[in-house]
Amino acid sequence: MTETDVQLYQKRVPIYPRSVKGRFRRLKWGILTLAYGVYFLLPWLPWDRVAGPQQAVSFDIHGRRFYLFDLTVHAQDIFWLAGFLVIGAFLLFFVTGIAGRVFCGYFCFQTLWTDVYILIERLVQGERPARIRLDKQPWGGGKLLKKGTTHLLWLLVAFLTGLSFTLYWGYAPELFTGFFTGQAPFPAYATTLFLTATTYVMAGLAREQVCTYMCPYARFQGAMFDRDTLIVAYDEARGEGSAGRHKVAKGLKTREERQTQGVGDCIDCGYCVQVCPTGIDIRNGMQYQCISCALCIDACDTIMDSMEWPRGLIKYTSDKAQHGEKTRLLKGKTIGYGVILLSAATALIVSMLNQVPLDISVSQVRQPLYVRLSDGRIQNSYEIKLNNKADLSYEVRLDVSGLGGAELDLGQLEHIVLHPDQRLQLFVKVRMRPHANQPEKKDFYFVVEPVGAGDIPQVKWPSVFYHPDD
Amino acid sequence: MTMSEANKQQGAVQTTGHSWDGDLQEFNNPLPTWWLWGFYLTVIFAVIYWVIYPAWPVGESYTKGVANTITYTVNGEERTTHWNTRALLMKEMQSGQDAQKMQAYMEKVAAASYDDILADEEMLAFTRAVAKGLFGDNCAACHGSGGAGVMGLFPNLVDDAWLWGGTVEQIETTLTEGRHGFMPAFGRSLDDGQIDAVAHYVLSLSGHEVDGDMAQRGMQIFNGKEGGCFYCHTQAGTGLESQGAANLTDSIWTVANVPGQDSLEGKLAEVREVVENGIERVMPAWDERLSDNEIKLLTVYVHELGGGQ
Ligand code: SF4
Ligand code: SF4
Repeated sequence: MTETDVQLYQKRVPIYPRSVKGRFRRLKWGILTLAYGVYFLLPWLPWDRVAGPQQAVSFDIHGRRFYLFDLTVHAQDIFWLAGFLVIGAFLLFFVTGIAGRVFCGYFCFQTLWTDVYILIERLVQGERPARIRLDKQPWGGGKLLKKGTTHLLWLLVAFLTGLSFTLYWGYAPELFTGFFTGQAPFPAYATTLFLTATTYVMAGLAREQVCTYMCPYARFQGAMFDRDTLIVAYDEARGEGSAGRHKVAKGLKTREERQTQGVGDCIDCGYCVQVCPTGIDIRNGMQYQCISCALCIDACDTIMDSMEWPRGLIKYTSDKAQHGEKTRLLKGKTIGYGVILLSAATALIVSMLNQVPLDISVSQVRQPLYVRLSDGRIQNSYEIKLNNKADLSYEVRLDVSGLGGAELDLGQLEHIVLHPDQRLQLFVKVRMRPHANQPEKKDFYFVVEPVGAGDIPQVKWPSVFYHPDD
Repeated sequence: MTMSEANKQQGAVQTTGHSWDGDLQEFNNPLPTWWLWGFYLTVIFAVIYWVIYPAWPVGESYTKGVANTITYTVNGEERTTHWNTRALLMKEMQSGQDAQKMQAYMEKVAAASYDDILADEEMLAFTRAVAKGLFGDNCAACHGSGGAGVMGLFPNLVDDAWLWGGTVEQIETTLTEGRHGFMPAFGRSLDDGQIDAVAHYVLSLSGHEVDGDMAQRGMQIFNGKEGGCFYCHTQAGTGLESQGAANLTDSIWTVANVPGQDSLEGKLAEVREVVENGIERVMPAWDERLSDNEIKLLTVYVHELGGGQ
């Protein structure tokens, strides 16, 4: 080959995945149904809540609150996000180390949406050969109709995807009708448009190119693999035999016939290649394009069943198992990941369960630190921030403890009522008569006692009272 | 496995044609064409962005870009500049959602009575938040950002002694009309001994242990024609708010730094100094610089600083 022939960029090679039936395909449809059900219906699930939207899951950006069923996540709880990300990362390491790219193959949005898009394509244009033929045909009414219908349906799914996403960020029924009557806020339209476009492009046009060229995970997942990791692999020894694979031909029909001639079990039907959504040939060994979707397993199992040969020419296995060694799942790495995962998850759950419904913080006014009153007493001032994270209104009583003889001055405030999700700032003064041998500063507590708030406990906050040093 | 069979579907792996040592070849795994186009698009995007938005530093300045102006109002005056986040903030503060909410709340507070504001935790918190800025801009220069004042020059607003009265109405008047406090210098009308006696008496008023005879003498000067101190400070020494005359019986000293001195001699010297030289202090009137509502917010703020009266 001469240098002038070298093409540095290539046109996309179209892939026409054939449909397949089997246990992994069934599992994938199941997961897909569940995921779609949750994604599309969750915004419509009503939820009883005193304050906030009557919607089970709602992300209120403007009010800086996320509502997740009975949990309300406030801006201050942002560290939960860190916990969540840690769990996500280690879950990925953990699972990938054990079972390879299960996320890619079964749960990734790209895989799920592409699956649905391929389904639409097949329903409208037919099975793989029909689609290949259609693409080769010159443009005409029939082709236009089929292609047009496909793209319209794709766009419809993309639009529903985009709109559903938007519904999580507002009150769904209101936003939904508002969207079609032109009442929705601009970001709702922009978000929907953006997600419609990306869904259409990614699941409809780019497909496997996303996995092979765009997805960063595809590039570094290899680093999490080891020889015990489960991978989708072709049993080369069995498939190729000593004389390689061969089509079913005269004298090469039964296993016995083939084995005597050294021919392997692979009948080179190409089914495993045709079903592959990334267009690779698993018989070439482990490849980074493989998303571990297991469809080729289903395909080959179908063939083996029809030949009445044992299944498993392509199967989930590990590098070790392929070389006749024993696969060991329990080892330092997986146990380590597991322990981190477990402790992070426990910490997050404990923290969520112990979310304080009443949050207080006190900062002392330092200019001036103290002031002498006309009757000789000393006064310190404090700014108290109260934050009601609970779903109900209640009164709070403020007091000081650990500061004998001190008086708390709230001015003319008689009742301090906290409404649901209210943040309130108070300016209070504490007064005390100095006595002999007074220490320069004295620690004490502010005590906030919720009244008529069911079982919301009182909250204490440590603070300091300063005296002049005379 | 054979390489020729591999990648059957996508065609055999190309080589660039380069080879070394006879059999070391360079493979070519080409990128998709859309990738190349993606790159061209980012280049085009960058150029368009550069034309529209501020982009490149040029010496002391930078390319400002076209068609990216932002218009906002400052004190009712329209201003247009190239887009920048500070201008955006100004615009948000004038017309953003939060600004409108704040405006609405401001009107609520403006319509409420002092008593209502002082008894409502929400209005109080709002007032404090807004007035803190006003205080910082207008009052802190003299009274300090925390309101502690400067001994002898600017009264402490955080304690509970009010020369001119600590009710909201009185504070409002102080803010609106200003005050002029004046204590004459007695250095000319009284001799040193008399001033010393008065100082003793004044200290005794707030419970300090002083020489009884001196205090007795001082009291006669204080309440007699010679000194005439009682005109302003009253015979009981509790002061007159209408004159801005200090209450001499409490622990608070606004001019003589009595608590700052450890010895009785020092305390006496502080008081003598004031009696001898007098004091004159002026609080300016703010009604021309601040709106009624701003004065109202500040009134509540100052009232709360010192606990009011
Ligand atoms: S090789 Fe098999 S498991 Fe891998 S992507 Fe293709 S069909 Fe899925
Ligand atoms: S499906 Fe199985 S038998 Fe058919 S080509 Fe693939 S590996 Fe060989």
